[in-house]
Amino acid sequence: MTDIVQTPTPGGVSAAPGATTVAGAPLAGAPLAGAPLAEGGEITSSASLLRLFVSVFAENRLAIVGLVTIVLMVLFCYLGPVIYHTTQVHTALLTANLPPSNAHPLGTTSVGYDVLGRLMVGGQVSLEVGLGAALLSSLFGAAWGAVSGFFGRWTDSLMMRIVDSIYAIPPLLLMLLMVTIFSPTTFMFIVVVAIVSWLPTARLVRGESLSVRTREYVEAARGAGVTRGKIIVRHIIPNVMGTIVVQTTLQVANAILLLAALSYLGLGPPPPATSWGAMLNNGLNFIYDGYWWLIYPAGFAIVVVVLAFNFVGDALRDALDVRLQRH
Amino acid sequence: MLAYIVRRLIQALIVVIGVTLVVFLLIHLLPGGPARAALGARATKAEIHNFNVANGYNRAIPVQYGLYIWRLLHGNLGYSYKYNQTVLSLLETNLPKTAVLVGLAYALSLVVGVPLGLYQAVRRNKFGDHAVTAFAFAGYAMPNFWAGMLLILAFAVGLHLLPAEAPQGATVGAIFTDPRALVLPVVTLALVNFAQFSRFMRSSAIENLVQDYMRTARAKGISTGRVIFRHLLPNSVTPIITLIGLTLPIVLSGAIVIEAVFNYPGMGLLFWNAALKQDYPLMMGVTVVVGVATVVGSLLADLLYAAIDPRVRYD
Repeated sequence: MTDIVQTPTPGGVSAAPGATTVAGAPLAGAPLAGAPLAEGGEITSSASLLRLFVSVFAENRLAIVGLVTIVLMVLFCYLGPVIYHTTQVHTALLTANLPPSNAHPLGTTSVGYDVLGRLMVGGQVSLEVGLGAALLSSLFGAAWGAVSGFFGRWTDSLMMRIVDSIYAIPPLLLMLLMVTIFSPTTFMFIVVVAIVSWLPTARLVRGESLSVRTREYVEAARGAGVTRGKIIVRHIIPNVMGTIVVQTTLQVANAILLLAALSYLGLGPPPPATSWGAMLNNGLNFIYDGYWWLIYPAGFAIVVVVLAFNFVGDALRDALDVRLQRH
Repeated sequence: MLAYIVRRLIQALIVVIGVTLVVFLLIHLLPGGPARAALGARATKAEIHNFNVANGYNRAIPVQYGLYIWRLLHGNLGYSYKYNQTVLSLLETNLPKTAVLVGLAYALSLVVGVPLGLYQAVRRNKFGDHAVTAFAFAGYAMPNFWAGMLLILAFAVGLHLLPAEAPQGATVGAIFTDPRALVLPVVTLALVNFAQFSRFMRSSAIENLVQDYMRTARAKGISTGRVIFRHLLPNSVTPIITLIGLTLPIVLSGAIVIEAVFNYPGMGLLFWNAALKQDYPLMMGVTVVVGVATVVGSLLADLLYAAIDPRVRYD
């Protein structure tokens, strides 16, 4: 029996190329874009982070497709209504349930709303809640995780058991409960989605901050008498920024799906506002009538946006080679 | 091993207490508190006061929490005034049916996801691998209710092969009277996990493929099929047990939506109707039970994994 003694390679924590984590596999087996990271994927300045992201997008075709899709979708939802005028508040029962035609390229709904115009308006809500919830959950989750990991010991245990407790309740259950308790405004939906979305970010950031806090420069800062709050803001957070950015991108997709489910169940933004999920709810009522234009467009819109944010997020993650778990 | 079990049990107990605290907090976030939850929006101040005194909601918050736990421990999950039944009796009829749906969906996603992931690992970076990956990604990006609608369009409306509505009935036995009607709800719910399982299996198998024992097995001249099924499969499939525990909250979330799509008479449909009717006692009761169930589920998964796989480190 010959034992091969493995010597630690420089920058050794990263796995062998091709070996991947649970959900961390690149879609097209794309190689880890370059590997300009020293010391196990550590990034010290925001300039190098930016440079890294630029190089990712230059090399990863799916990431470019994702980014372009997101830009086009934003233009469609916000610039679209400026060019393509429709009424999405007043009903028009005389022109209800029309199949696609020149006047209505994607047909009309059961109360006469133009489906193409409704996609734009519904998309605004979906994108706003998606982005808002992703940012809010990342902000809160990162702060929670950084504090938990940095302080360690029983503070860490307590904070992580709180995360576990909220995590044990299925997100949709918690969301439905909160939606029935609070008044349904866009901001409230952002908060409700964020409340069920910050947990994975907190866990990931906590894990990384546990390892960052043992680094020499943190020890040095501590020895120099820098306050703990300042160490977290100046040393811990910048070092886990990559994880936070990746997680935010993936959370946008997740938030859009969560809002879609909520809206589908009839507890999303109330009329006259609409979202893609609410449009699909309407479509199910007419599924036997063959009104496919109530079912395909809104569903495709969700899938396209969710895929786009995932492509971008995965590309960023491959670049950073951080071990994330998607939910 | 014993120390690990004890530590894991204590941890689970703390999380269970955390779940009850979250729900307790939500009950008190209601404008008007638990009284409003039980009596509805039109209750008068006097009625609310009387309810609070009668149920101890005028006492100090820690005492109230103690009373809440005491009631839970006695199986008193609250009373649904909308159904005029106890939450416990409603759950007794509905929860088993959801358990059937979730169990079948897990079984299906494992039976399909594990072999596909294995296939992907063996044929990695070839066409088949990419095709399955693309399919898994599409499954992940698709809202599950939309997937359900597309399946209804194809198999119920288009081909007239399967019913669009889930089997109806009060008991678990009634669910099985029309197995064809179970197909679409189970398949749709299985899609939620299919991507997770196949991705996990793929990366787990790839990690095992580079291990020494794989090379040894091949060097001994064992046939490829035997290497894959006797060596690669058992070694890479066990960690999936923990993934089953971890994905429980997500799958139960999916069950709510899918029961709504197919009118499946389970816990999800019950909860959804409760949300539409603002039946707070029912919602709070279901949330506590489901929350505790997921904690117990992941605890069992972890213990089972530790029992099966001796490589698990107990730290």
